[in-house]
Amino acid sequence: MIQTDISIIGAGPAGLFSVFEAGLLKLRTHLIDYLPKPGGQLSEVYPKKPIYDIPGYPSVLAQGLVDNLLEQNKPFNPGYSLGQRVESLEKRGERDFVLTTDKGEQINSKAVVIAGGLGCFEPRKPEVPELNRFEGGKGISYMVLDPEKYRNKKLVVAGGGDSALDWTIHLSELASEVTLVHRSESFRGAPDSVNKVLQLSQEGKVNLLLNSNLAKVEGNGVLKEVVVQSKNNEDSRTLEADELILLFGLSPKLGPIEKWGLNIEKNAIAVNPEDYSTNIEGVWAIGDINTYKNKLKLILCGFHEAAIASHSIYKYINPGVKYTMKYTTVNGVNAF
Amino acid sequence: MAENIQITVIKNGSEQHFEAPDDVGLNLMEFLKATDHNEIEGMCGGMALCATCHVRVLESTGELGELKDDESAMLETLPQIFDNSRLACQIKLNEYVKTIKIELT
Repeated sequence: MIQTDISIIGAGPAGLFSVFEAGLLKLRTHLIDYLPKPGGQLSEVYPKKPIYDIPGYPSVLAQGLVDNLLEQNKPFNPGYSLGQRVESLEKRGERDFVLTTDKGEQINSKAVVIAGGLGCFEPRKPEVPELNRFEGGKGISYMVLDPEKYRNKKLVVAGGGDSALDWTIHLSELASEVTLVHRSESFRGAPDSVNKVLQLSQEGKVNLLLNSNLAKVEGNGVLKEVVVQSKNNEDSRTLEADELILLFGLSPKLGPIEKWGLNIEKNAIAVNPEDYSTNIEGVWAIGDINTYKNKLKLILCGFHEAAIASHSIYKYINPGVKYTMKYTTVNGVNAF
Repeated sequence: MAENIQITVIKNGSEQHFEAPDDVGLNLMEFLKATDHNEIEGMCGGMALCATCHVRVLESTGELGELKDDESAMLETLPQIFDNSRLACQIKLNEYVKTIKIELT
């Protein structure tokens, strides 16, 4: 079992800055996120958008801010469990929590920070019968966690956005065969990616099926075939497939957090505005996932909440120990 | 004085009615969130980047403004869209809109 001082659920900006604030207090951290990379919405939804209300930055690209947060955290070397959703939170006693993820990983910590934004980004699924028969390693996936998994496989990718285009390009190098299925006549993604996919199609490295929808998935325990129907229903074809990746974007769901006994108000966790602690002693909630009077869902507020919560956690973990705050200008940043 | 915009929202067969001013610079997603209408997400805040405010426009009078490239590109990523699909964040509630009836997807 992974041991740490603070488990942080959610690796968006609030969660990432908690690593730094906790690190200044010599507390070790471990981040868990359902997405395969840190950054939360900033990396997943709007990486190339400029943000104008981060203090000290007249403008910073969302991904640039994430990169800087990761750089800032380097001295404190946090642990990561990425591509995993925390299913349960168990309080075994005072300062003794165990989180268990959907992949069975367990993290033992003295305190927990929930910085889960709007919840887990769950994949949108097309209305094709029996997709669930092949989920969980049996051929159907909704995000790419490990590209190597597709090496020498017959692969079908479905979707029309940038991520479908980008993964088709990337995986065409690894897979033995790649077919991209898209509902429309054309793509509206980034022009460079669209051109590259069209070029790969002309070179015979990618099979393009436009104006087509997935109709059926078949197999015996594992995926064997994908049936694709043309938009006008005139033509139907069966593709041999070892793997099918469905890329139709992500939609946030609060998910298992709802069932942990926290006070939930309108899809957010009610916290004490003095230190962002929740109704469960030892569990804090910061960033977009919490709610209190006059809450502002701003990244800069998430940073403030991370600092306040970290100091409150220090007191919880070290009862009776007096801590005098030291400025980084005086003490610098002491790595561990 | 300008008349308010009449908004009808249908979700799972039930209908809710709202009136919105046309001069405060809100879009339909922002307005619905401000009314404590819990059903619409609007995760990205209105950048046409998440499609969590996807709606079907069943009826409208006045001018809704056309579908722009970034909106149609985002709609294109969804598993299912319709001829009347729009992102509520891209529908500006201004003096050109009179009535709008939408269904949440």
